[in-house]
Amino acid sequence: MGQTIIEKIISHNTGRASVKPGDIVTVFPDRVMLDDIMIPFIVDKFHEMGFEKVWDPEKVVLIYDHLVPASQQDDIRHYRAGDEFARTYGIPNVHRSDGICHQLMTEAGYVKPGHVVFGTDSHTTTYGCVGAFSTGIGYTEMAAILGTGSLWVKVPETIRVVIEGELAPNVMSKDVILRIIGDLGADGATYRALEFTGSGVESMTVSSRMTMANMAIEAGAKCALFTPDEKTARYCETELDGFQKSLTGDEDAGYCRVMTYRGEDFVPVMACPSQVDKIRDISQLEGTVIDQVFIGSCTNGRLEDLEAAARVLEGRKVAPYVRLIVTPASRKIYEEAAARGILKTLAQAGAVITHPGCGLCCGRTGGILCDGERVVATNNRNFLGRMGTSKVEIYLASPMAAAACAAAGKIVSP
Amino acid sequence: MEQFSGRVWVLGDDIDTDIIIPTEYLALKTIEDMKQYGFSPLRPELAGQIKKGDMIVAGKNFGCGSSREQAPEVIKALGIRCIVAKSFARIFFRNSINNGLLLIEQPDLYDRIEEGQEITVTVNRDIVFDGKSYPIAALPDNLVEIINAGGLVKAMQRRNGLAG
Repeated sequence: MGQTIIEKIISHNTGRASVKPGDIVTVFPDRVMLDDIMIPFIVDKFHEMGFEKVWDPEKVVLIYDHLVPASQQDDIRHYRAGDEFARTYGIPNVHRSDGICHQLMTEAGYVKPGHVVFGTDSHTTTYGCVGAFSTGIGYTEMAAILGTGSLWVKVPETIRVVIEGELAPNVMSKDVILRIIGDLGADGATYRALEFTGSGVESMTVSSRMTMANMAIEAGAKCALFTPDEKTARYCETELDGFQKSLTGDEDAGYCRVMTYRGEDFVPVMACPSQVDKIRDISQLEGTVIDQVFIGSCTNGRLEDLEAAARVLEGRKVAPYVRLIVTPASRKIYEEAAARGILKTLAQAGAVITHPGCGLCCGRTGGILCDGERVVATNNRNFLGRMGTSKVEIYLASPMAAAACAAAGKIVSP
Repeated sequence: MEQFSGRVWVLGDDIDTDIIIPTEYLALKTIEDMKQYGFSPLRPELAGQIKKGDMIVAGKNFGCGSSREQAPEVIKALGIRCIVAKSFARIFFRNSINNGLLLIEQPDLYDRIEEGQEITVTVNRDIVFDGKSYPIAALPDNLVEIINAGGLVKAMQRRNGLAG
């Protein structure tokens, strides 16, 4: 019998001919990512466990993003814990203000197709955009990996999602993944892998695939995988080897479910307060007045997202009572968006452009909202209290839709 | 077989980790500092009402959302003995086991019970409520090993020749 992508990656990593769903195996990560919020907890657990060295310092990446720049004096403690840990154990890869962890892990070349990667943030699923098995774990497991270089996993079943055909010009990959999450439900892929395939996926950029892999966790998925192709190879600045080229789902592999979509059937949608799977067509929500728009995050803060927003806002102004906040996902994206005039267009429309980081998406800094306010946002969660108080209404949307709403001052279709 | 009884707090479906402990409190120094904010977006008074040995009964997908291990640690620090839910999100599940917080999947109890009522749990066998037995499954061996070691930290200490 054939294998799904996740089965191929785990087989390769563990040196087995094959694995099947339900098998409990020990894998050996190619990279691990530690983000600033969790670092002091990881360091404490690592020492408590009695480890004296890090198994492979080159494979460890520390990224400061949730607490950058500091909004509370105690945040500095997290940078210091990271710096000291890196110095003590010889970890060369430390990013202190370069952007959001999930953007950097692929952008800076740490993750390649076929890799196994763990990170202390749930959106670690993002790296499936280049065909890597990546998923989020807690700080105790991360401490154990740092000492042992291994972690147990249960081989997941796979849900195959086939998308054939092109998307309409006002539809982005965000609309696609929101619709799929709505169809699956917030727990519809729990313990399972998602595998995306079809011409509708092949025609997407790696950045668009990244948005979809990023949000897989919102359906509970363990990971989300795209077959590495020529676009992936260019993005990763690598040539695909035989193993990496083999990372397609076999036709005779055992899938627990197959979902099939036509690209042209997708329409602009939003996830309504306060569930990620409460998906409505924007046409049903039009006219709802808003207070703020946020364009950014590891879900939708990339160059193509900012560019799409700028196209909508070119020569226009944000509604006078709406606050528009734009956060590029990394320094590199910030610089490219500046060089291409995208930031100028957005600023002229009335946007506040912030430093790259997680701040507003995790409700810590950079534009948090108050009781009774309503925000259209391109990030990945609309949970109670996520971007301010528990009485803030969060609508999740694509950058194109978010920009259109900012100009209109209410929910409108892009 | 290990058996214990206690009163339950009943929460709904999709109780996410931002509800269990919001991001703004995650960088407080210790779990003890954080625990007063447990469940604050949903029920600000709850953290102050939970007594040691209480249990939580909830619907599907408990612990969905972020990977923050502070979530099970806060629940444990509040004194919760175990959580019985229709289903759990996977990262929360692993984090709880690694911290020795017992999670039990049970499909029917949530629909029948009300807050404040009492249940008796017999680990790996059943939950008794109102004279009726609700069966529960046994955990896989590798998880039992971690729990028996007293959590993942203790398991690693043993591996590294620390502690008994």
